[in-house]
Amino acid sequence: MANTLDHLAEQVRENRVWRSIFRSGTGASNLHRALFVQQNVFLHLFSVKARKRTLEFSATWYLGALTFGTFLVLVITGVLLMLYYHPSVPQAYADMKDLQFVVSSGVFLRNLHRWSAHAMVFLVFAHMFKVFYRGAYRPPREFNWVIGVVLLLVTLLLSYTGYLLPWDQLAYWAVTVGSNIASAVPVMGSKIRFLMLGGTAVNANALLRFYVLHCVILPFAAILFIAIHFWRIRKDGGIYAGEPATEVKNR
Amino acid sequence: MSDDPKATTPPDGPEEMSRRNFFIKMGVGSVTVAALGTAAFSCQYLSPNVLYEPSPIVDAGKPDHYPPDSVTLDPQTAIYVVRTAEGFFALSAICTHLGCLTAYKPELGIIACPCHGSKFKTDGVKIEGPAPRPLPWLRMWLSDDGNLMVDRSNAVAIKQLVRV
Repeated sequence: MANTLDHLAEQVRENRVWRSIFRSGTGASNLHRALFVQQNVFLHLFSVKARKRTLEFSATWYLGALTFGTFLVLVITGVLLMLYYHPSVPQAYADMKDLQFVVSSGVFLRNLHRWSAHAMVFLVFAHMFKVFYRGAYRPPREFNWVIGVVLLLVTLLLSYTGYLLPWDQLAYWAVTVGSNIASAVPVMGSKIRFLMLGGTAVNANALLRFYVLHCVILPFAAILFIAIHFWRIRKDGGIYAGEPATEVKNR
Repeated sequence: MSDDPKATTPPDGPEEMSRRNFFIKMGVGSVTVAALGTAAFSCQYLSPNVLYEPSPIVDAGKPDHYPPDSVTLDPQTAIYVVRTAEGFFALSAICTHLGCLTAYKPELGIIACPCHGSKFKTDGVKIEGPAPRPLPWLRMWLSDDGNLMVDRSNAVAIKQLVRV
C-alpha cells in the first residue's frame, strides 16, 4: 500500500505540469531538497538548511511563528468581515451588530478577529522579550531587531485603527482620547490630529481614514516588513541558537 | 586618438561636462522636482478643505427652559448651560485633559470626567486633575427672538453672565 502511494506520488512529481511549477524535480537528495526551498517564492525567504538546535521548542518557544500565525488568521477573518462592514457613520455600528446576530458564523469570525488581535499584540511582546533576554538581538542581528520594532509599531497602529471601526462608545472615546494625545506633540500636534481625523472631531472622515489605514495601508506595510524580517533571518545566519560553549567559557 | 574623451570636449570651456553627465544631472534633477511636487500635493490632498461638521454656534433655546440654580448638559453639543441667581453662562463640557465628555453630578454639585477622574466646580474651576486647565467659558448671547446662543469655538477670558 505504502509502495503504491510512493509510486503514485513519484508519478505526479514526474508529470510535466508538476515539473513546470516545481522545477527541482524528483528525488530526496539534499540537493533536491535545497533546490525545492530555493526555487519557491515563499520558501526562498528562508535558508535551505537550519541547525537542529534552532528548531527545538526551547530555542524560540515558536513565538515569532505564532505571531505570524495570528497575523494570517487576522488577514483571513478581516477580509471576510469586510464583506459585511460599511465604514460609514449610520451603518458601521449596525453592521457590527448584524455580524454578531444576523450573519451566519459572523459572531465567530468577529470574535476570532478580535481575540487574534489581542493574541498578536501579546505574542509580539513575548517574542521581543524572548529575543531580548536570549541576546538574539546582538550583531549580526541588530538590524533585524530594528525591523522588529517597526513591526511592533505597525501592530499597535493596526490594533488602534481597528479599535474605532465598531463605532461604539468605547471606540469613539478611545479614539477621542488617542487623537488628543497625538495633539500633545510640540508645534505640529494639532495639525497631526487634524490629518489623522480628517477634521476637528472624531466623525465620518476619521472613520473612513482609520478604515483605509486598517484594511489597506497598514496590512501592506506589515506584509512588506514581515518579508524583510524573515529574509534577514537567513541573511544573518539563521535563528540564534545560543553561543557555542567554548565562547561562553572564554569570557 | 579619436576615442580620447578629452579630445571631444572643448578645452577652453568654463565647466567641462560630458553629454552623459549632463543627461544624468537633468534626469536626477527632474525626478527630484517631480518627487518634491508630489510630496507637497499629497500633503495638501490629505488635509480636507471643506468640513461637513456641525456648526460651532448652538441655539440653546429659551432661557425659561432652564430652572433657577441649575446645570444642564446637552450631550449632543457638549455644552453646559448654567443658570445662577445672577444670570446665565455657558461652559464647555469637553474635559481639558484628553477631550472626554464630562458629566454634572447633582448629588455632589460638581462636574466630573468619567475617563480619568478630573473634577471641576460648576463655574469650570478645576478641583483636581489630571486636567491641566479649567473648563472654558463660551461666548453666550441672546438672539433677536430671545433664545440663548452659544459659540463653541469662542472661549471667553472675561467671565460675564447673560442676564435675562
